[in-house]
Amino acid sequence: MFSFCTDPDTLDTGRWLACYLTTGRHLNFYAAFGTVLILLAITAPSALAFGFAGASAARSGFAPLRWLGKGYIAIVRGVPDIAFFLFFVIALDQGLEYLRHVTLCPNWEEPIRQGANFLVCPEAKLPLSSAPQWVHEGYGFALAVLTFAIVFGAFAANVLFGAMQAVPRAQIETAEAYGMTRRQTFRRIVVPQMWVYALPGLGNLWMVLIKATPLLFLLGVEDIVYWARELGAAKTPRFSDYPHPDWRMWYFLALLIFYLAFTRVSEVVIARLSDRLSHGQATAAGEALRKARA
Amino acid sequence: MEGCLQTIADYALRSVGIGERLLPRTDFTLCQQFTLIGSGLIWNVYFGVLALLSGFVLATVVALGKAATNPLLRKPAEWFIFVFRGSPLFIQFFFAYFLFLSLKQVVPWTEPLSTAALGALVVLFLNTAAYSGEIFYGALRSVPKGDTEAAAAYGIEGWTRFRRITWPTMLRLAWPAYTNEAIFLFHATTLVFFTGFPARQQQGDALYYAQYFADKTFNPFVPYPILAGYFILLTLVIIGIMGAVNRHLNRHLPQAAGKRPRLLPQIMR
Repeated sequence: MFSFCTDPDTLDTGRWLACYLTTGRHLNFYAAFGTVLILLAITAPSALAFGFAGASAARSGFAPLRWLGKGYIAIVRGVPDIAFFLFFVIALDQGLEYLRHVTLCPNWEEPIRQGANFLVCPEAKLPLSSAPQWVHEGYGFALAVLTFAIVFGAFAANVLFGAMQAVPRAQIETAEAYGMTRRQTFRRIVVPQMWVYALPGLGNLWMVLIKATPLLFLLGVEDIVYWARELGAAKTPRFSDYPHPDWRMWYFLALLIFYLAFTRVSEVVIARLSDRLSHGQATAAGEALRKARA
Repeated sequence: MEGCLQTIADYALRSVGIGERLLPRTDFTLCQQFTLIGSGLIWNVYFGVLALLSGFVLATVVALGKAATNPLLRKPAEWFIFVFRGSPLFIQFFFAYFLFLSLKQVVPWTEPLSTAALGALVVLFLNTAAYSGEIFYGALRSVPKGDTEAAAAYGIEGWTRFRRITWPTMLRLAWPAYTNEAIFLFHATTLVFFTGFPARQQQGDALYYAQYFADKTFNPFVPYPILAGYFILLTLVIIGIMGAVNRHLNRHLPQAAGKRPRLLPQIMR
């Protein structure tokens, strides 16, 4: 990175650190923080979408759909989320490959499960074995995002279901009295009003989501945990220009501080948002704001 | 059936090092998967129960610390809760493991801390103490003023008042949220063997064995549902026990019987 980095052995501590912290592999490490942010930016809205679908299904008038919604919420919440992560990444991959196999290779004779192997025809492989490296990485990341969305969608569904129930009954009855259909009531009355009730739960969920991002490591994505382990491990002079003992503890300390800062900032932003939404509302929080101002 | 009984005899205590030394390598039967994953559950229960019991004591101390007016008591409690609630448990495990490894170099007798059985337990203990401490702190602030005033009127003061009035009321108010925390703690125990803490001689927890089978058979549709079934049973047991405690705490109230901790409360970790 810097011009004086050509011979690290001769440098004093400050310059050595400056060179060490800007090696190519460290830049990858910093880029991985971006991966975490991208994951959050994509996962949060998609989890919300899954949650909305789950919550709408759970209060549907059609019984099988209702059972599906309630079952989705209950099962994901009753089982450790990490088990779902490990399960969905393989299950989704195999499911997609199986679907492609059935459509692309109708004449394939051999069974797909052969002992400990899962064999589909070469055209059905995902991604194709001829695809460039970035497609493989992108596919892995996409599977991870979908897995996160499914698992946290269930949590979001639980929150949104509660918020939909919290919309005052009188509002819905009034809508019915005006002759609105069930669907119209839902779209025009329930959905616009539920957000105030959902905000505390969704804020909590956002924090849970932030704290779940290191699990990307278990899904095989080269994330910050992966790089912290790689870079922190002891390096000998033979294999590295920057030999050092085992520093993994310090790398994980840095990650710890990153997450503490991230959750702290989120907390402050959510508190502001909650104040703004409660402003002028006929709720206890709105009343407290009014009194504080007077 | 004969074969299955033999499998249970061989592997039921495999996770604690009793029984067959080698894990099954080929021709996995359903019986083997049920037995080994169930065997791993011993570790989840070990971590969960010990962390919950020890964490309960520290959580009470932390809650009192956070509610104290003296900043020398309040600040450490606030920071403790902030650090453990604000960062992912996954990273805490990693950091603690490497911290214990470095510590071992300097102070040799701390070596047991770098094993899962003790080191991971310490992390879970501190983590659950922080989460429960926050729950207890919230409950402590909601103890009705009338209760403590009535106690004062009867001449019950100081430590006696805390032990007989404030603390039981705090527990009663906190219990539904605390039940939720207990469930999530048991779920969190599945992280241990994915974070550096070594599974010595392949003695791991339920998820460790489930992943072993999923990797070997490349079929996630058998081991993970088995694991899920075990955990749903475990969750029901926790709800049953915590519900019994809740009834005991509320036994003096008129409609005590009707109020059980709900299966899906809103508050979460």
